[in-house]
Amino acid sequence: MNSAHPPFDPGIYGPEAVLMKGITGENWRLKDYEARGGYAALKKILAEKMAPDAVIAELKRSALRGRGGAGFPTGLKWSFMPRQAPGAKYMVCNSDEGEPGTFKDRDILRYNPHQVIEGMAIGVYATGSTAGYNYIHGEIWDIYERFEEALAEARAAGYIGRNVLGSDFSWELYAHHGWGAYICGEETALLESIEGKKGQPRFRPPFPAGYGLYGRPTTINNTETFAAVPWIMLNGGQAYLELGRPNNGGTKIFSVSGHVERPGNYEVRLGTPFAKLLEMAGGMRGGRRIKAVIPGGSSAPVVPGQVMMQTDLDYDAIAKAGSMLGSGAVIVMDETVCMVRALERLSYFYFEESCGQCTPCREGTGWMYRVVHRIESGRGRQEDLDLLANVAENIMGRTICALGDAAALPVRSFVKHFRDEFQYHIDHKHCLVGAHAAVVGNKAAV
Amino acid sequence: MTAMLKLDVDGRAVEVPQGATVMDAATRLGIFVPHFCYHKKLSIAANCRMCLVQVEKAPKPMPACATPAAEGMKVWTQSEQAKQAQNSVMEFLLINHPLDCPICDQGGECQLQDLAVGYGKGQSRYAEEKRVVLHKSVGPLVSMEEMSRCIHCTRCVRFGQEIAGVMELGMMGRGEHSEIVTFVGRSVDSELSGNMIDICPVGALTSKPFRYSARTWELSRRKSVSPHDGLGANLVVQVKHNRVMRVLPLENEQVNECWISDKDRFSYEGLNSEERLTKPMLREGSGWREVEWQEALEHVAKRLGAIRSRHGAEQIGALASPHATLEEMALLAKLARGLGSENVDFRLRQADFSIDAKRAGAPWLGMKIAELGALDRVLVAGSFLRKDHPLIANRLRQAAKRGQQVSLIHVAGDDPLIALANKAVCAPAALPDLLAQVLRAAAEARGKPVPALAAGANAGAAAKAIAASLASGTNTGLFLGNAVQQHPRAARLHALAQALADILGARFGYLGEAANSVGGYLARCTPAERGLNARAMLESPRRAYLLLGVEPELDCGNPRAATNAMRAAEFVVAMSAFRSRAIDYAHVLLPTAPYTETSGTFVSTEGRMQSFNGVVRPLEDARPGWKVLRVLGNLLELAGFDYDTSEQVRDEACAPDAVATRLDNRVTGVESGLEAEPAPQSSAAMQRIADVPIYFADPIVRRAASLQQTRDARTPMASMHPALAARIGVAAGAKVRVRQEGGEAVLELACDEGLPADCVRIAAGHPATAALGAMYGEITSVERA
Amino acid sequence: MLSGESLKKIDTEVAKYPADQKQSAVMAALALAQEEKGHLSTEVMDFVAGYLGMAPVAVYEVASFYTMYDLAPVGGHKLCVCTNLPCALSGAVEAAEHLKKKLGIDWNETTPDGRFTLKQGECFGACGDAPVVLVNNKKMASFMTPEAIDKMLAELQK
Ligand SMILES: Cc1cc2nc3c(=O)[nH]c(=O)nc-3n(C[C@H](O)[C@H](O)[C@H](O)COP(=O)(O)O)c2cc1C
Ligand code: SF4
Ligand code: FES
Repeated sequence: MNSAHPPFDPGIYGPEAVLMKGITGENWRLKDYEARGGYAALKKILAEKMAPDAVIAELKRSALRGRGGAGFPTGLKWSFMPRQAPGAKYMVCNSDEGEPGTFKDRDILRYNPHQVIEGMAIGVYATGSTAGYNYIHGEIWDIYERFEEALAEARAAGYIGRNVLGSDFSWELYAHHGWGAYICGEETALLESIEGKKGQPRFRPPFPAGYGLYGRPTTINNTETFAAVPWIMLNGGQAYLELGRPNNGGTKIFSVSGHVERPGNYEVRLGTPFAKLLEMAGGMRGGRRIKAVIPGGSSAPVVPGQVMMQTDLDYDAIAKAGSMLGSGAVIVMDETVCMVRALERLSYFYFEESCGQCTPCREGTGWMYRVVHRIESGRGRQEDLDLLANVAENIMGRTICALGDAAALPVRSFVKHFRDEFQYHIDHKHCLVGAHAAVVGNKAAV
Repeated sequence: MTAMLKLDVDGRAVEVPQGATVMDAATRLGIFVPHFCYHKKLSIAANCRMCLVQVEKAPKPMPACATPAAEGMKVWTQSEQAKQAQNSVMEFLLINHPLDCPICDQGGECQLQDLAVGYGKGQSRYAEEKRVVLHKSVGPLVSMEEMSRCIHCTRCVRFGQEIAGVMELGMMGRGEHSEIVTFVGRSVDSELSGNMIDICPVGALTSKPFRYSARTWELSRRKSVSPHDGLGANLVVQVKHNRVMRVLPLENEQVNECWISDKDRFSYEGLNSEERLTKPMLREGSGWREVEWQEALEHVAKRLGAIRSRHGAEQIGALASPHATLEEMALLAKLARGLGSENVDFRLRQADFSIDAKRAGAPWLGMKIAELGALDRVLVAGSFLRKDHPLIANRLRQAAKRGQQVSLIHVAGDDPLIALANKAVCAPAALPDLLAQVLRAAAEARGKPVPALAAGANAGAAAKAIAASLASGTNTGLFLGNAVQQHPRAARLHALAQALADILGARFGYLGEAANSVGGYLARCTPAERGLNARAMLESPRRAYLLLGVEPELDCGNPRAATNAMRAAEFVVAMSAFRSRAIDYAHVLLPTAPYTETSGTFVSTEGRMQSFNGVVRPLEDARPGWKVLRVLGNLLELAGFDYDTSEQVRDEACAPDAVATRLDNRVTGVESGLEAEPAPQSSAAMQRIADVPIYFADPIVRRAASLQQTRDARTPMASMHPALAARIGVAAGAKVRVRQEGGEAVLELACDEGLPADCVRIAAGHPATAALGAMYGEITSVERA
Repeated sequence: MLSGESLKKIDTEVAKYPADQKQSAVMAALALAQEEKGHLSTEVMDFVAGYLGMAPVAVYEVASFYTMYDLAPVGGHKLCVCTNLPCALSGAVEAAEHLKKKLGIDWNETTPDGRFTLKQGECFGACGDAPVVLVNNKKMASFMTPEAIDKMLAELQK
């Protein structure tokens, strides 16, 4: 069935790859990982009986920030776990990658699953947890199966289970698959989902560190975050930090999609100029002009192409450019894209994926989508743009989880940066960009 | 003591305990924060976002309902930021909400409507099509016709999960397409379901029986007390044109909190039923003649006088419904005694009266209802808890979530929807032995001598587990349910419970069956030494009976004996709100007023004396029972029947401040009277288990049309363990002929793994089983019909 | 209701969670049930509820929340195309149009012979391989140019 799949290009992750260094596409098994130096970090920690606090300190030094979207410092997050609290405590890996444009965790699990397992083992060790779950996006079933295989290997080799490698460290790790719901990427919705419920986010406080899975203390991190941990523990936090920039330690896998010659995952040091990433991805497809970039997954504000070309890829620099690094999904759009249509498609997504529990998101996402849809189909009204901005404003910061913001930010930024195009649609009842605009496609009427 | 937090809401200082929310703090100050999803008895969902308020240093508005109060916090509920947030949420709520207030059943009592006036804009900016949500059919009580009105607050879902203990509603789908549903077309069957109507803040869930029958502003609201069970739920009865249109809970944290059972809520339909008796009637040959009260009462006085002088006063028996008022029972007893008969009783389903003379006082719950939640260990014996005492079950359900260990000993496996610590099911005949086993195990666990009552018992694993749970507590309550009160060995069960309570230092008491199970004792509506109790009065038939609100074939522990006694009697006077089977055997029918049409008093199972007034005038010629009895007393020229008010009757029977002194569960002299009995040998005979299904339990509810369409009101079946069905050779669903004491009934057979071996469960209180005998008697045979 | 094999697999899933948290296996159980039965009928959901000790309506909530569950029968092959923005920028819409034309059906329809059902999906987390088609929930077909689609359909028709 994958006949259409082009041959795997090991160079694809780029010369700066750290997490994906030496990946060929075939060498995902335990023995291969060990041959690459895998599980050495865990062995070292267990052999040295390293204090959990020391593990966390090393992580803090590395300035590793969460790769799932929010960019929260990982070491700090781990330090919130009440390590001494009796009873079950959980470490959860968020592999529910569903943020449009993001497809890096899939590659990590597909080609380097043991790195995630090792990262989780270290996390469980450092936080005093008792078990882990990896929540894997529903649509990537083959990856779930591969992860189960990797788990079996790790269990057989004694990396998972009672008294790991003869130490007094014991833990368990299981895979849980999703079944089609973007919202389960939100950490508390994910916990609800593991508990066998609808994936509806929880109000915080209480935070998962106090009241998480099954009401027990829980830490949740992204797949890529865990994958970075073994390298840090082996090479030191300082070395990782120096790969990137202050406050932006390490490398990051960017998923580049859209109008580039070679869509795919590229691992570069944080702080790399966007222009260089674009070059790695083969440049603009067909040599066309860059129009806009969404640099951090569909929830991040859109940035005009020219601004993006001047921006470096790290949390702080992208924030300065008015957007977010988010999950590192870089969606590149060229001059042929109708921004109204692009926003229409994104707005539909948030409308479709809203879990439905809180009012502003449940009602507001549909409202925004319908207005954009109207404008796109030539039925816009003069007051619509202000209305859109205002509805987005009214959703922002008033919802239980960040999906509300995620739905509002694109609307605000698209209208802000490309207001002329929206206005043209309203005034002329058709597109400024022209026939090429069809590339963004449409959605069944709602 | 939990630490107190000081904070500041709208510039006013307030203290709240640790763990309180901003909403709690505002409430304490009397500041209203608009809200929909928040409900003080439900978990916090924080999904409506209506309660957003400004909190100092918070970058965005916070939901008051879910935000923990913190020391030094400053909150503004009316600031520009708060108002802007609240207004925008209101706008979102309204964009898809139908504009049908003028025809909505909730109009005038709708939280959305009320708040929209204060927080909404006049004009909607929403120019798109509104969402349409299909209606659902979920049974005869709750209407889900207008689900487009739903605002997704999930109160109804949480009510099911948390209060009713059974999740019948859920929110399916997601996003804007989320809908409140039952599982693919199922009905809502919880006995507490009507509360969802109250807590639905809009007109999505409405009362099916009430729909469109009145607008809220046309109704006058009057306080009353439920006549249906021992709880004594406080009610608001809503009236239009002298007709009861609706019944709602009157909040009383000590009794029913903010809930009522569906029986309390929907029974009012029975009050307006076609079967109401509205004229006094005299039997003439094979027919009936409507007469004036004077004639009817003179006739009764004359006939009673004649029977007394010809056959002796002891040939007269007086039976009162345990749902009758204290005043009615007191006057019935006084009348009988005035005539010279000690044969008065209200304990119609009781079978064992052997400790009557040994009681120290009126049996009651043994504590306050509100104290139930504070117990750490509970044993409930012989109770169909959920259906017999819906809101007491809820108290225990909530307490069990907080760590109370509830153990249940019963004759059927019915799920009380409580997280039980232990459960043991046995045949009715084995109940005394099982309780003796627990007693023995508890004595051993506490290192106390085993009482003689339990000497022969051999504690099994289940009894030991229950005893271990009970013995580990410090605040224990033991409660005896209807199945114990109606049990043929009720006296022994009482003695065992008393001994167990002594060993554990526990309190013990009865989950009173009816509205006046305590009041009947206080009214002295029980026979003194030489009188006949309810059972004896029917088993050795009298020539004359005075029936007060009783339908003997449905209300008595042995309907067969009751019916036979009635048919054989020379003279039967039925005082009743309804026409009933009495048409067949009575000689005089006197229309008395139900609780809504008379003043009166119920003394609840916790000994709470609650007097109430009529909320409507009596229907046509019906009259309050106490007045009828007073006039009858006068006509019979009995002394002391000159009352002007029902309060005088009540105070003579038992003044409110004397109630407490008359409550006492202790029975003396039983320890020596009852020595240990050997464990029952399993006999081949089949024992009957008879519950009284919730909607068959009293004359009013039996005539409540909507309740009669519920699952709980299905025609009784003959249920048994599948092994017994196999032995009989009949499959579930087939008809069987059941014989008991020479009577028979043809019923559908049902299999229930939860029933003990060799028992047949056949409900009482229904015409289909009225030809059978004692509730907990032996079944003669069951065979394919 | 479900085969012994499916039950065994469900038991394996149940074992992943704490003993008092059987409900956690509901997603897996429903996925397995769907695989065996084709779609999730009322009876199947009721059975799963009983098996895991859940309220049936709670199972229904789950089954209706996650998009990969089918509450109504679908064709022998359920083809789901991601048309979200990143995929659309790389030809997903053309791929979908091609599929519609070849199968003669629109979104959410099933071919008259009952062999194919076409659904529109949201991000699969595979945008780099666009266009992507998810076949029967479990097989991801990548780089689905019109030619690749023709080839896939030919294989599935066999
Ligand atoms: C709507 C929504 C979707 C999200 N999706 C994902 C996701 O697919 N993967 C992920 O790792 N984090 C996702 N997140 C972020 C998580 O909630 C959480 O912040 C993250 O998993 C924490 O891990 P990290 O600290 O390692 O980044 C999402 C958040 C929101 C609000
Ligand atoms: S913001 Fe949307 S997705 Fe998040 S909890 Fe609210 S309704 Fe659900
Ligand atoms: S009442 Fe607080 S969010 Fe609904």
